[in-house]
Amino acid sequence: MSRLLRRQGWVAGLFALLVILFIITKLIQPGYGSGDFGSLARAVLPYAFAVAAQTVVVIAGGIDLSVAAMMALTSVTAASMMNGASEEYALFVVPFVLAMGFVLGAVNGILIIVTRVPDIVVTLAMLFVLQGAALLVLDAPGGAVAEWLKGLISGTVPIPGLPDAIDAWLPKALLVLIICLCIIWIPLRRSKLGLSIYAIGSSELAAFRSGVPVARTRIIAYALSGLFAAFGGLALTMSTGIGAPIPGPYLLASVAAVVLGGVALGGGKGGLLGPIVAVFVLRLVRTDLTLLAIDPNVTAIIEGAIMVAVVMFGAFITMRGRQ
Amino acid sequence: MSISAIQPVPFGRRLKRFMADRPLIPLIILLVILVVILQVLRPGIVNERWIANTIKFAIPLAILAGCQTMTMLTGGIDLSVGTVATMSAFIMATQVVNQDPAVAFLLAMMPAVLIGLVNGIGVGVFRVHPLIMTLGTSLIGTGCLQVYQRTVIASGAKIPDFLAWLGTGVTYGFPNALLLFVPLAALIVFTLSRTGFGRLLYAVGDSERATRLSGVQYWQVITALYVISSVLAGVTGLLYIGLIKAPSLSLAEPLVLPSVAAAVIGGTSIFGGRGGYTGTIIGALILTVLTTLLTILQMPEGARRILFGLIVLFVTAAYLRIVEER
Amino acid sequence: MTANPLLDATGVAKNYGAVAALRNASLSVLPGEVHALMGANGAGKSTLVKILTGAIRADAGRILIRGEARDVRSPAAARRAGLLPVYQEPSLIPDLDVLSNLRLTGTPVEPFRAWVRELGIPDLDIRDTARDIPLAVLRVLDLARALAVEPDVLLLDEMTAALPANLAEKVLEVVRRQGDSGRAVIFISHRFVEISALCDRATVLRDGETVGVVDIVPGVEEKIVELMLGARIVKTHVAARGASRNAATGRPRLGVRNLRVGTKLNDVSFDLADGEVAGVVALEGQGQDELFSALAGSIRPSGGTIEVDGQPVKFSHPIDAIRAGLAYVPGDRAEALAMQRSVRENIALPFSAALRNWGPINMRQERARVVSAIERLQIDTRAQGEVQRLSGGNQQKVTIARWIAADARTILCFDPTRGIDVGTKQEIYKLLRELAGHGKSVLFYTSELEEVQRVCDRVIVIFGGRVVDIFPVEETDEPALMRAAYGLPRGAKADVGILADPTANISDSTTPVAAP
Repeated sequence: MSRLLRRQGWVAGLFALLVILFIITKLIQPGYGSGDFGSLARAVLPYAFAVAAQTVVVIAGGIDLSVAAMMALTSVTAASMMNGASEEYALFVVPFVLAMGFVLGAVNGILIIVTRVPDIVVTLAMLFVLQGAALLVLDAPGGAVAEWLKGLISGTVPIPGLPDAIDAWLPKALLVLIICLCIIWIPLRRSKLGLSIYAIGSSELAAFRSGVPVARTRIIAYALSGLFAAFGGLALTMSTGIGAPIPGPYLLASVAAVVLGGVALGGGKGGLLGPIVAVFVLRLVRTDLTLLAIDPNVTAIIEGAIMVAVVMFGAFITMRGRQ
Repeated sequence: MSISAIQPVPFGRRLKRFMADRPLIPLIILLVILVVILQVLRPGIVNERWIANTIKFAIPLAILAGCQTMTMLTGGIDLSVGTVATMSAFIMATQVVNQDPAVAFLLAMMPAVLIGLVNGIGVGVFRVHPLIMTLGTSLIGTGCLQVYQRTVIASGAKIPDFLAWLGTGVTYGFPNALLLFVPLAALIVFTLSRTGFGRLLYAVGDSERATRLSGVQYWQVITALYVISSVLAGVTGLLYIGLIKAPSLSLAEPLVLPSVAAAVIGGTSIFGGRGGYTGTIIGALILTVLTTLLTILQMPEGARRILFGLIVLFVTAAYLRIVEER
Repeated sequence: MTANPLLDATGVAKNYGAVAALRNASLSVLPGEVHALMGANGAGKSTLVKILTGAIRADAGRILIRGEARDVRSPAAARRAGLLPVYQEPSLIPDLDVLSNLRLTGTPVEPFRAWVRELGIPDLDIRDTARDIPLAVLRVLDLARALAVEPDVLLLDEMTAALPANLAEKVLEVVRRQGDSGRAVIFISHRFVEISALCDRATVLRDGETVGVVDIVPGVEEKIVELMLGARIVKTHVAARGASRNAATGRPRLGVRNLRVGTKLNDVSFDLADGEVAGVVALEGQGQDELFSALAGSIRPSGGTIEVDGQPVKFSHPIDAIRAGLAYVPGDRAEALAMQRSVRENIALPFSAALRNWGPINMRQERARVVSAIERLQIDTRAQGEVQRLSGGNQQKVTIARWIAADARTILCFDPTRGIDVGTKQEIYKLLRELAGHGKSVLFYTSELEEVQRVCDRVIVIFGGRVVDIFPVEETDEPALMRAAYGLPRGAKADVGILADPTANISDSTTPVAAP
């Protein structure tokens, strides 16, 4: 028990912080209800996937600067493919876009292995390339999305037997998030591949000596990151109904949430739960600032400052750990 | 391992070494080739006016690429230059309406110094990766600018005549911007090659451990560097607003990516320790000509970004190979 | 000995660039034996181990396992071939718990638990994260993990280093039994006591070549020392030095009192006088790296004091050490040099370090200083545009020239002659003597014992993080230094030495380490 607490202490603290923030929210806005929670969940969705994408590579000891650009590209691809197409066609679009994310992520990994250029430079170059590709697909926000996809994340999940009062607090968006992450993350975490990803991030030399195929594992980590980013792109399209070629602030947000979520930037540590909770914390802070009737631009500044402070704190901790 | 020049060296290796030693010559050849292609595609386009115009647009890019050159020499990068340039331009244009130009200038440079300081402390003291750090401060800066915009929305904006003259004016066929750029470029080149600070930039980027063992305090060098880089970006913003003449909240953002590409093309290693400003200037010219070329070929903006990204990746990978050959 | 060897490696060679790490190494291990692999620092032991375990590929040579030629391409391939190493640094993934580490390598859990108990750790919780487990226990777990898959050949690199006596005893016992059960163990160790108690035969490497395979019998120790040193054993004369011997006068230039750094350096005290070259003699990893780093201001000591000219000092950055006149020349030249920059910039680097020197450089003055340093050290300046194009010897000269140009009073030289040619070595010896002649002081660690006699006035022997002996260099010859480095008492002869008594208490010579 004590070990569980020690290991999950950080995440538990985050949860506590989240609860406190909810209480504060309720105090600021006594009318804060299930509907607002639903919109929070919807707003969190793309961020959460961006963070998941970043988490996988950071655990593997790398960093992926192309997350936001990858989301933009997959988002516009989905939106433009579904534009004017039938509802059923979307059944094909979704797996196609996910596969595209997976492959492009793998390209990131392969380029890092083959060119031996550091991950930060390769993913920076890929950021440019993916951004450009997004602009080629759609040069201005546009496209459309199948109605059933939109419906997938709006409203709540009716569970028979549950009173409506509880039901209302189970937005579909939250459920989609949990299902998508669990389907990939839980089997991964339990597999040897998952162990290998932690291993190469924790100590590449020890991993190599333990017989882990380091290069292959790294490529797969980036591919998974691409897959999560594609989920994020789809989520963007689903929640806005269109695709936007200019990437949102997801890169910095993903790094900040990873750090806040207890995943060391050096790699090897942490899990997915912490960063996801951290995303909720960061979004809820934004909600509270908005509820306090603070100028949304000031909110952006405060948010940016929080993220920079978190990243600085994380870097400081990493530096301390190294000494 | 051998250092003697008598042994025959394979041509490929000799070429690589030549490229590593004299990066300027192939760059100039590339520039000339691009101009020739342009002339072939659009006969008559290359004339005195075109040249002056190209130089005018290359200068802001070259200064921002100077920021990237200096930060890249230490193994860093400064992605906040676009935001800083935009901020100082926007503040200048709005403050000059009811302030003395000198006061407006000081106000315009303030955010530059501040952002540079935060960048420097984040990178030098807290050891945040420069990319993340400068991206973060640039987001904050953009937020601040938006808030600021609200407060001045009523007073309007104007471009000071002096900046317009400097940005767009041409005297005897020479763009006036050269008046600012030539001394500035000379100063950067001098700083990099003939001052202790310049030496340290190269040395820190080459091997931080070696400089540490020689008694260099990393945070001092890095903090000074990012402040200088930010101030240069601020100056670029003032010049650029004189050229574009339309203050907007994303004025200089499109220059960020090309500024990185210009420094990389100019032979500055993104890993630090190698490169120089003269190469960067030619890199900026090449990119400006390339942009014209792509516009003539009706290449969309997206293709241009892809091309720039691939250039950065390709040049970096090629550079790694050249270094490993030795 | 008619049995076929379990492992038979012949003619193994490996080059790193122009440097040959292994020329012609061979190693043959029979079933049921514990085989010692010995050699002085840089003889190629670790390279051979890396090749056998698939960490690197050999350039030449043949490896037979159970008579079959096997191409060991990766650590995973080595495992499949039945070859399992236990490295000096445990290869458990620090951020995973023990159970996950077992799963990662496909190790069965129950045999592992059995071995762990056998090795003297009764209360292991396999859900503990490796990072939270003390180093000594971690090494034992690494061994247990290897034993659990029942490898044909077990490769142990300095297995008992950093182990407290009780664990070390258990480990040795298990290793011995492993040999009895028909498997084989390759045992790399610097400790003669263990080798005599444990091993059947020893293969000795020197300069990348196998120079002998000996049976371990009482008294073989001298023979092994001889093999490790080779022909050099005859050149035991002390070079005549014109050094002024004013070492005893006045207070010491540098005083080190009870210095401790982490777990590696436990208790080191000595003085360094002006005009003196003091040699540090130590096997690899006895704490000398930490000692030099602490004196250079790179790491902070965890205890003890450093005095410069009688004043206690605290260094928090190398600049503090440099201001106190202590200049550090690291063994790895890449650590000290900006490789892509010119000779001139590298030599002048310390001049630009301080904030007040960031302005324009007085090129003429700088040139004069650099040129005089270059001339003094006779640096080959044909390729001075980039330091990385210089030969290793010239690179080393540049790092020293930097501090001569800066006129440092005390130079800390950490293995400055590693991997450089004989001619340059001679020049460096001469230079260090000259510096001492001018009243400077030098602290000199070298992995080549022969150099100690050539250059030093005094010898400071460090073993297991402690100073075990300090004596004037005249009182010694190379075999004596070798014995001292191996922690054997000075003056002990083989026939009366520890080897004569295999029951000697092992705990006396194991590295003292805080119990977990």
